Amino acid sequence: MAFLIAEDISKKYGENHALDRFCLSIDPAEIFALVGPDGAGKTTLIRILCRLLDPDSGRVTIDGVDTSREYDRVKPLLGYMPQQFSLYPDLSVEENMTFYAGLYGLTGEPYRAKRDRLYEFSNLGPFSGRRAGALSGGMKQKLALSCALIHDPRLLILDEPTTGVDPLSRRQLWEILLQLKSEGVTVLVSTPYMDEVARCDRAAFIFRGRKLSEDTPTALAASFVGRIFYIDCEPTTSLVERANTIPDISAIRFGAGLHLYLRQDDSLDRHLGELAAIGIDRQQITPIDADLEDRFIQLMETKA
Amino acid sequence: MIVPAPAHTHAVETEQLSRLFGSFTAVDRVSLRVNYGEIFGFLGANGAGKTTAIRMLCGLLMPSSGSGRVAGFDVYRQSELIKRHIGYMSQKFSLYPDLTGRENLDFYGAAYGLGNTALRARIDELTERLELGQFIHQLAGKLPVGWRQRLALAAAILHRPRILFLDEPTGGVDPVFRRKFWGLLYELAESGVAIFVTTHYMDEAEYCGRLSIMHRGGIIEQGRPFELKKKHATASLEDLFVNLILSREAERA
Amino acid sequence: MHRIRFIAQKEFYHIMRDFRSLLIVIIMPVMMIFLYGYAINMDIENVTLAIVDLDHSLESRQLTERFYRSPYFSRPDAEPDLNDPDRLLRSGRAAAILYLPVGFGRALTRGEDFELGMTVDGSDANLAAAVQAYSNGVLFEFLMDRLPPDFDIPGVRISQQVLYNPDLKSSHFLVPGLVAIVLMLISALMTSITIAREKESGTMEQLLTTPVKPREVLIGKLLPYVVIAFFDGILVLLFARLVFGVPFVGSHLLLLFFGLIYVTTALSIGILVSSLVSTLREATMLAQLSTLLPSVMLSGFIFAIKNMPFVLQALSHLVAARYFVVIIRGIMLKEAGFSVLIPQAAALILLMLALMTIAATKFSTRVS
Repeated sequence: MAFLIAEDISKKYGENHALDRFCLSIDPAEIFALVGPDGAGKTTLIRILCRLLDPDSGRVTIDGVDTSREYDRVKPLLGYMPQQFSLYPDLSVEENMTFYAGLYGLTGEPYRAKRDRLYEFSNLGPFSGRRAGALSGGMKQKLALSCALIHDPRLLILDEPTTGVDPLSRRQLWEILLQLKSEGVTVLVSTPYMDEVARCDRAAFIFRGRKLSEDTPTALAASFVGRIFYIDCEPTTSLVERANTIPDISAIRFGAGLHLYLRQDDSLDRHLGELAAIGIDRQQITPIDADLEDRFIQLMETKA
Repeated sequence: MIVPAPAHTHAVETEQLSRLFGSFTAVDRVSLRVNYGEIFGFLGANGAGKTTAIRMLCGLLMPSSGSGRVAGFDVYRQSELIKRHIGYMSQKFSLYPDLTGRENLDFYGAAYGLGNTALRARIDELTERLELGQFIHQLAGKLPVGWRQRLALAAAILHRPRILFLDEPTGGVDPVFRRKFWGLLYELAESGVAIFVTTHYMDEAEYCGRLSIMHRGGIIEQGRPFELKKKHATASLEDLFVNLILSREAERA
Repeated sequence: MHRIRFIAQKEFYHIMRDFRSLLIVIIMPVMMIFLYGYAINMDIENVTLAIVDLDHSLESRQLTERFYRSPYFSRPDAEPDLNDPDRLLRSGRAAAILYLPVGFGRALTRGEDFELGMTVDGSDANLAAAVQAYSNGVLFEFLMDRLPPDFDIPGVRISQQVLYNPDLKSSHFLVPGLVAIVLMLISALMTSITIAREKESGTMEQLLTTPVKPREVLIGKLLPYVVIAFFDGILVLLFARLVFGVPFVGSHLLLLFFGLIYVTTALSIGILVSSLVSTLREATMLAQLSTLLPSVMLSGFIFAIKNMPFVLQALSHLVAARYFVVIIRGIMLKEAGFSVLIPQAAALILLMLALMTIAATKFSTRVS
């Protein structure tokens, strides 16, 4: 049975549909990513799942418990890490951890054992006496994660944990999440970065409060309808314009080259002549796989 | 701009540029050349020295050693002139949330020394070109991210700088918007503006013409994204970045 | 239950580490005491009275001497200009001018009726009323002394005994009320600040996802402030005793009991304020507006409620300080016991329960 189920969650702010009949189903020990840009509704959905907000309609079930009725039973299962650093800057690392552990009833020897384990995995041990406000961004994150994990939650919800974080630290975070998954923890992560979703089990695209699609990352990218090619050339505006005049081809400048989009059933060979006419040689063309961003854009344009 | 730049070829040119803080080397003998019309991506972990390097190039920090010229001006002795010839945009910090778009632009225009008539004309021109429309009259803090970032760009190019520094310009913005925004950047580049982009977002880094990756104060790799991926045999820039850094760290150990 | 302990402990850390706020919490009451105790002195003495003696007789000189010998009147620093004597009043250098016309002495010796003239600066109404009363008093005494020793006046006098504040010192009147103000302000202000701060910084959001219950949060957060409020109250009382000599003749225990109810009311107001605001700045402003202003103006602390327009009198019934001022004055100065204070006690308890209920319902476990 799914560990977390959200059924038809809707939330409106005035005229704005922050969430529109959003459905989610996450299996136990699954890492699930909620992917979408700012304002798509990720934080609103997460707050509703944590009962920090009430939905206008819909139901949330965690571990079989309807959260609108008996949320108190669910709270000990849940570890939450909001987008902004929400621990106490004037308390030390250790004081913050002791505080949160205490709220979950974890004290004394069991607390110390857990704390030491977390210190080991986060490398925060040497800084235990430092005020949380004086930690670097990366360390603050580790502390927030430690406090979310101190009570051995079975469901971990992270709201944009990697915003503004460099790829290496992001990779390390994902490694921690994989480790947790192997210990049976269910993880929900929201992120605007499409490039880090590769490591999750399944992902859902969210845009303007609606789910655009949901599947494994590979399947999502592969579900792109069309063919994409990279052109290694001087990407001038005039070249892009001329490429776009070729029927059945759409082109955009991409970094130091061009991306060419063809229909699924089309073949590159059909257009080689036209491409040569505008100065693009066969050797400059490389087929590439669609990535998540390509698919997201495609879905945005069709479902909007 | 009353003071014209002296004759020069590269928009940004540094040779062994370094900055020390006490015994800590924040930037370690960085040499790079960025041309006008180029979009240059500046990558690196937090603490690798990116911010320090950018500060030196923006005329906000004096280097400890080495040489640098931005827009032809010397980074040691002509930092004030540098400031007038560059534009800086940071999505998070550029705008006052409780002022409208228009009021923000008026403020920055005045800060850059644009006269009233020139400013109004320029704002109208940018409003049209960046399709800001009615968002000009809304409070900047209430704008959706995509429009806020366009507004921030407008504020950064009011005074027609030939060099732009952008700090994570499209983080969190939806992909369609991102492509449109980069379309604007490409146009700017084609008109001869040199654009520096710092970002953690590898998808954004892909859009750059050339990249450099900083690690512990020094540049460990430079080049065009496509070529770098081929050279290091990685499918994504993220893998490239991570592998590079990890191998460097392993070497040190 | 131990969750409350953790929350209270954390609150103590916050308080101890916010040095500036702590300083304000201790220094402010002390400053207020000195301000209200010394600077606001409503005792009317040394009123500047100019006397224009046109008579130049022995009697007029004796009367003049009488006036200036009394503690109520003193000489002005300049003589009035006889062409424009009111100038002295307009410039504020005298509060009143007494005219002793020609013929005063002669009328007195002959036992004839005579009228003296006085112009009084009425812009300070209280002062003017006092001047009128005092000057009649001085004159009366002067006349009495001139009567022959064997003159027989019926021996009817009002023998006045002033209880509770025999010297009529205004500090005795003000300082107990000051305790009410300080307790209200500190409790409501500090409480609203600590909750608003957590809301604003986002830490409340994290807290609400834990098993902690709203009432545990409230009790845990408020406990340290109860302690601080009492500490401040005792500080004020100590200063009152040592510096101003305000007596404390009633039961300390009774005051403690009522103080607890009063502080709880103030804390509830603080919680209510914090649920209405979203930033720290708004919290401080609203807290001060809803506590300091009504408490100072409508509690009877300085201004008599009975003299106010009906609307304000009605409103004052909602001000907790109104009841506590009566209670603390009663206990400190009049040795009032519980039975005497029952109406105030009942009103205060009612107010406390009402505010607590409203505050508890408004304290949200949702991030809006």
